Amino acid sequence: MNRVLAPFGRRSCAVTANDAVGAYRVLRVADPDGPEPWPGQFYMLAAAERWGAGTDERPYLPRAFSYLRRVDGELHFMLEDVGPGTERLCELAAGEAVWLLGPLGIGFRPPGDSRPLLCGGGVGVAPLAALQDHLGEAQVLLGFRDEAHAPGAALLRDARVATDDGSVGHHGYVTDLLAVELDAGEDTTVYACGPPPMLESVRALCAARGVDVQLALESGMACGFGACFGCVVATRDGYVRLCVDGPVLDGADLEAVA
Amino acid sequence: MTVEFCGLELAHPVINGSGTYDAIAARRAFGDALLEDFPFSAFVSKTITLRPRAGNPPPRLYETAGGMLNSIGLPNKGLEGYLREDLPQLAELPVPLITNVMGSDDAELAELAERVDERDEVAAIELNVSCPNVKTGLDIGAVPAELERVMRAVRPRTAKPVVVKLTPNTADVAACARAAEAGGADAVSLINTLRGMALHPDLDRRWLGGGTGGLSGPAIRPVALAQVAAVTSAVSIPVVGMGGVATGKHASDLLRAGATLVAVGTESFRDPAAASRVAAELATLQNPCKSGQHRQPA
Repeated sequence: MNRVLAPFGRRSCAVTANDAVGAYRVLRVADPDGPEPWPGQFYMLAAAERWGAGTDERPYLPRAFSYLRRVDGELHFMLEDVGPGTERLCELAAGEAVWLLGPLGIGFRPPGDSRPLLCGGGVGVAPLAALQDHLGEAQVLLGFRDEAHAPGAALLRDARVATDDGSVGHHGYVTDLLAVELDAGEDTTVYACGPPPMLESVRALCAARGVDVQLALESGMACGFGACFGCVVATRDGYVRLCVDGPVLDGADLEAVA
Repeated sequence: MTVEFCGLELAHPVINGSGTYDAIAARRAFGDALLEDFPFSAFVSKTITLRPRAGNPPPRLYETAGGMLNSIGLPNKGLEGYLREDLPQLAELPVPLITNVMGSDDAELAELAERVDERDEVAAIELNVSCPNVKTGLDIGAVPAELERVMRAVRPRTAKPVVVKLTPNTADVAACARAAEAGGADAVSLINTLRGMALHPDLDRRWLGGGTGGLSGPAIRPVALAQVAAVTSAVSIPVVGMGGVATGKHASDLLRAGATLVAVGTESFRDPAAASRVAAELATLQNPCKSGQHRQPA
């Protein structure tokens, strides 16, 4: 079952830690009574206090994040400060509260008898950490911009790293590493999350080789539970809401990742 | 707290705004807990059109100061898909169902009303008259004479209560409300979203795939209060007030302005159970006009 139901209504949860991991933050939130989520599912997060009146008088809406992992009743979220919502969440300290809704959406399908291969980029490595925790062993390929972001690789075990500027690991894209792995010919299921151009490369590489691929996509969301119809992506069958029909979609269902 | 609205006995005065809650999708996310703690005293469907609509290309959302723009484009399965697939599921909700419909002219709206009228699961019909007239470009609900003509075309086709969802993008919303009443409407609801626009931060184009969008959220609350007050002064039929309602105080304000029901919309995006909290807070506000607690704090 790759969808775990969420308790109805948002709940107030205490922040227990907020640690720097390179250029990222890992926010820990106590959710001892919440359900055990399924890898690839996500939560809507908002600071309980001062959610608003930041840059451009924002944020107003909660923000969607795949969970990084759940340990001892604590949910971990990987954050990057890219706007007024993530800016506020990144500055939260232990003892402050967040509004939490979730787990939401449909997560990853298990790999069956094939070899799972996890391929992530940037802050998109988060749901792959949850998946690696769940699978136990899984090979991991991760891409980052530079040396400041590459420490995010430590959030997963035994990851091979590529950086755009060559400062850490392979000089180039993570999809270079993926192509080599796929060409080894083993029966593989690829799990990918990252920026849209990376996901489109992953989708195209897998499609060309007939490899099963599941993509965890991202979209701006207002609600996270199918109410607003704002987070649609185009599939071969028309628009689907990423929050209730995703965020994990089969690569085969997409013409392209836009 | 029970309230009578167009012959319906409702448990409290808080319903949802059309297009702000998909109870079928919410049940997929929350399971039957949604039904056990259903937040609204009546449920308004998203807008149904005669033929299926895919909706607008993304991006469909833009966060603003104290609210958001949406350009969703009324995606829906069309009347047949709604009646066959959605209505049986919506009938499982523990509250009366109001079906919202939109047509591009009076004939389409009348056909929709007649087809929905045949279904016992539907307690009332709401007309979305914010569809642009293909000849004038104005919303059909923005011109009082046209709105009255549309309502007169719909009225004989259904015995169910008809609520007209007024557009706020008009010169005189009170005149539109009077036109709806003259045409035979049983109630009016307002405000719909206010037309707005955002530009792409980097590229020389508009942000929303649909070009313009509708503004909702706390930013529009004072506009809603003014328009609801204008409309309740102008008509004798009941009024459903909405626009930025996030607390019992906001709901109480709309009731004090003369509304019979209030609707929660965008706040439900922030918390799917928000309307339950609004209704509970509203219930604790006894004798609001005499309590003195509504002065704006300094």
